[in-house]
Amino acid sequence: MDIATLMFSALYQFGDAFAFLVLSACGLAVIFGMMGVINLAHGEFIMCGAYVTASTVHAGLPLPLAIMTGAIVAALVGALVELVVIRHLYDRPLDTIVATWGLSLIATQGTLIMVGSTMAGVGTPFGSFQVGDYSYSSYRLVLFASALGVLGGLYMLFNWTRFGVLARATIQVPHMAAALGVDTRLIYSLTFACGAGLAGLAGGLYAPTMTLVPTMGATFIMEAFVTVVIGGADVFLGTAPAGGVLAVVKSAMTSWQGQLFGQIGLLVAVVIVVRVLPKGISGFLLRERT
Amino acid sequence: MNGFLAFFRRLEGPQTVGRGAAFWIVFAIVLAIACAYPLISDGYTVGNTVYFFIWVFIALSLCLIWGYGGSLSFGQTAFFGIAGYSYGILTLNFGSAYGFTWMALLLAIAIAALFALVLGYFMFFGRIAGVFLGIVTLAVTLMLERFMAQTAGPEWHIGVARLNGFNGMSAMPPLTIPWPGGDIVLFADIGLYYAVLGLLVVVYLGLRILMNSAFGNVIVAIRENPERAEMLGYDVRKYQLITFVIGAALAGLSGVLYTVWGQYITPSSMGMTAAALPLIWVAVGGRSDLTSTLIGTLVVLAAFQALTIYGSQYALVFMGMLLVLTVLIAPNGLVLSVMNLISRLAARRSNGDA
Repeated sequence: MDIATLMFSALYQFGDAFAFLVLSACGLAVIFGMMGVINLAHGEFIMCGAYVTASTVHAGLPLPLAIMTGAIVAALVGALVELVVIRHLYDRPLDTIVATWGLSLIATQGTLIMVGSTMAGVGTPFGSFQVGDYSYSSYRLVLFASALGVLGGLYMLFNWTRFGVLARATIQVPHMAAALGVDTRLIYSLTFACGAGLAGLAGGLYAPTMTLVPTMGATFIMEAFVTVVIGGADVFLGTAPAGGVLAVVKSAMTSWQGQLFGQIGLLVAVVIVVRVLPKGISGFLLRERT
Repeated sequence: MNGFLAFFRRLEGPQTVGRGAAFWIVFAIVLAIACAYPLISDGYTVGNTVYFFIWVFIALSLCLIWGYGGSLSFGQTAFFGIAGYSYGILTLNFGSAYGFTWMALLLAIAIAALFALVLGYFMFFGRIAGVFLGIVTLAVTLMLERFMAQTAGPEWHIGVARLNGFNGMSAMPPLTIPWPGGDIVLFADIGLYYAVLGLLVVVYLGLRILMNSAFGNVIVAIRENPERAEMLGYDVRKYQLITFVIGAALAGLSGVLYTVWGQYITPSSMGMTAAALPLIWVAVGGRSDLTSTLIGTLVVLAAFQALTIYGSQYALVFMGMLLVLTVLIAPNGLVLSVMNLISRLAARRSNGDA
């Protein structure tokens, strides 16, 4: 095997890990960064997106449309959850964790009761391609592109649109934004729905690559939490670089010792980073800037 | 002698609900009933009650860290699992002769506490607090579960003890008391019942004393306002770390007793659901008091078991709803709200008499 194929293999694995970390974390990061709320039901929103995607594909919808449907349904569920539960807990962040955990229990077990222990999956599209001696799944490249697309889309949403300006004003000084006539409650609702929708999108995108079980959310949340903890409160200065750094750690450890050690590597990285940079990468970058 | 009395005077104080003769009379009656319970009940029910008691330790540990200390930890089940596995590994390797099982119990708790010390050092001295603490401890717990679940192969063994992956370890010896003329083996019925009940009373009263001592007051002060506590000259990180380690040791005790009780331990005892349950007991009971946690845990456990028998798969949905509703409607916990109501009524009545 020559050096070029080796390079490609490493890059491919990095891209795969990066896409997984960023896609599973960005919904959580939006909600946490904007509202300071940790949504422990994040994995269940991902599961919701994946289930809706799979069932609409079975109903005959093409995959891209099905993924969009999954994201939209997850966003609607998110808006409902915000209205019923989260809204009452903004001044008690620890209780939000507990309440969303209760929601996650209900969702996991409820899905198990209603849909059963597994659901027919969706085949991975696009086949594979060959580089050197190994063949790679083309769909993973789509996922990598989607991760970049989501980051770009979020950047545009929060910097170029009126909603983005109002949302950032609301995070910065909530009562000042309210005094200037911004409906902060609506902003919070929309932000939470946006985060839930992103989770649904991640679920939809990964639905063709994994088995659909009610506990599939748990596969994502550890990576998502780790990325958000390391990244800190800012999506662009935090989640993206954290995803990059962690993807290196994860893909290196995975190709060296296997999947599990990839995850252990992530955990060790987190424990060290919180000791050195308690506010995450974005906290570090923002401090340097000012 | 005076110091001795002062020590026991700490059984009552500002940090624990329940004081005065009335409370201790009720306490004595409940204890007497608990002692007499095996005489009027059959072996299976007694064994089941031991199972309930075992979970109280982990609930109390969460009450200590979360309710009194103010830092939400999802790591209790990790310490539970570590201690359980350690007990299994130690006893399978060294047997149970000469009362070694008690030694193994202590060692297993020490291992869990040591793990908490290392983890807690990184967390508290990194000054992570609030939601991040919850996430890091949750990640550690899930990681441990995944790690233990993949140890199925024969290459995963410590000494003669196979870790057995997802099926977990089994067939470790129960606790034994060395006795001339044959060891007393504490199987999961009456023998273990009295041992666990004794431990429970000691731990409960010990925690009451600890929380009403100077140490406990500092812990509560840190929960209420960390900056102020720091300005008053207390090293917040050190106090939090010590609380965390004590909590881990209690969770470890729970894990060892669980392993002893069923003579098995599996990775799923560290999973998401396992980590959620203690949280539900403590939140529903009332996290900021030891007594309400204890009562809440026993009540919710009994209700959960009844639900599991009659409503099988809906039990977890119901538990989740109970948790959400408690947080929304009675954030201080249901049992604690009721207890506060009772003591307020009692106070009003004694005022009326006077």
